Amino acid sequence: MPDAIRSLAARLLGFAIIVFARFITAVRAIWTDSEPETGQRVYYANHTSNGDFILIWTVLPPDIRARTRPVAGSDYWFKSRLRTFIGKDVVNAVLIDRRPDARDTDPMETILDALDTGVSLIIFPEGKRNNTEERILPFKSGIYNISVQRPEVELVPVWIENLNHVMPKGKLIPIPLLCTVTFGPPIRAEAGEDRKAFLECASNALLALAPEDEATA
Amino acid sequence: MTDARSDFMILLGGIGAILIVASLIGQTLALRAGPEGPGKGIQNLNARIAAWWAMVALLAVAFLAGRTGVIILFAFCSFAALREFVTLTARRSADHWAIATAFFAILPAQYYLIWIDWYGLYSVFIPVYAFLLLPVIAVLEGDTQKFLVRISGLQWALMITVYCASYVPALLSLEVDGYEGRAILLIAFLVVVVQLSDVFQYTWGKLIGRHRIAPSLSPSKTWEGLIGGVVSATAVGAALWWITPFTPLQAAVLAFAITIAGFFGGLVMSAIKRDRGVKDWGHLIAGHGGFIDRLDSVMFSAPLFFHLTRYFWSTV
Repeated sequence: MPDAIRSLAARLLGFAIIVFARFITAVRAIWTDSEPETGQRVYYANHTSNGDFILIWTVLPPDIRARTRPVAGSDYWFKSRLRTFIGKDVVNAVLIDRRPDARDTDPMETILDALDTGVSLIIFPEGKRNNTEERILPFKSGIYNISVQRPEVELVPVWIENLNHVMPKGKLIPIPLLCTVTFGPPIRAEAGEDRKAFLECASNALLALAPEDEATA
Repeated sequence: MTDARSDFMILLGGIGAILIVASLIGQTLALRAGPEGPGKGIQNLNARIAAWWAMVALLAVAFLAGRTGVIILFAFCSFAALREFVTLTARRSADHWAIATAFFAILPAQYYLIWIDWYGLYSVFIPVYAFLLLPVIAVLEGDTQKFLVRISGLQWALMITVYCASYVPALLSLEVDGYEGRAILLIAFLVVVVQLSDVFQYTWGKLIGRHRIAPSLSPSKTWEGLIGGVVSATAVGAALWWITPFTPLQAAVLAFAITIAGFFGGLVMSAIKRDRGVKDWGHLIAGHGGFIDRLDSVMFSAPLFFHLTRYFWSTV
């Protein structure tokens, strides 16, 4: 496919994805003690659905969206041609290999390289989708390593509410439900901060954005 | 009898004039607010007025597009309202296929039946056939926990947000002698009277409201607001007799009936919000909350208005 057509197709598909996401979820962004800014940031979010980064991507203002790349597992995104196209051309994902035994590059290196080009990133520090009853899984160390090695980059917690009910694991058709995406105040690892303490602090900053447990439970 | 479209344009002009006055008052209040900017109440007022403009514009476009435009508009309203309702009730993945069926099969089917004007089926489709089908789909998942609550919640959601709301475009199928081609104005009458009644109740309540009707449900609903609102909206309804097939007295009686139904609709939907622990149904319309917050009174009054008109005036 010629590059011009490919990039046009990517933009149209990106637009269609946003329209579809809004149709199904009427997603609304809530910025609490936090502002949409163009500075370099790492957005870190809870992960319950494959559509999570699409929802964040949808609510970011267009100028910020254009310079924000999700970090995603290549094992998922290289599975079909459509997924590869969405992953590489539409959302321009930073693809990392999550299988330690099969990979030849260190994921952290890939992530830091991407940050050094000046873009913002979306990461899911739980490392995998949370299909448990727990609101959040223990964070992997990646988010700590990013903050220690690139201390100038702000970490912004992002709570995605309800998307797991829109499309539970194994269901093919999404059901329309209202979703919200809540952005919290940025955090950073202090110089010499302990890894465990920081991961707990980052996890708490994210949990603080979650709405009270609903009466429906 | 004048052309339906020209009558509609006169009505639209009147609503536009009211909105212009409201906008001027809102902007003046905002400008006079001083250095700290306008207070919450004035900001909310202006957000509401802005949303009113958008809603009137949308309704006007749909009306001018004719029957198909109105049916599509209300199908989308039902979709948005059902999305809000299910958000507050659905939580279990065992209901996934039942809910997907409600959204993607039942809802379009109901509006299709309205479109082809099959009264015999659309009047029983959701109360009987969705009622029987959805629990069958849900039960196949084998999750019995809170089964009755879950399945009743979904049926209730469909009844109010799809079935009742679809009676608004269903008005287009009524045929009254000497009123041919003007049924779209019945929708304008219903929507204008019921929505104005909400505004009047709110305004009278703010101005002279003292005695609360149901403090446990809604702190803003007062007897003064209700009586003032119903009397004002009934008067407006009577004054709008010229767009309807009714005499001024008949128009007043119908306006009275639908404002009372609308009031109780608001009360019932407040009770559901209280039960779910939320203040608004959604966040889609700035200053108004969700679609259901705006449409609750219309959804309760539409079937009543349809059947009263059908029984006493329609020839079909």
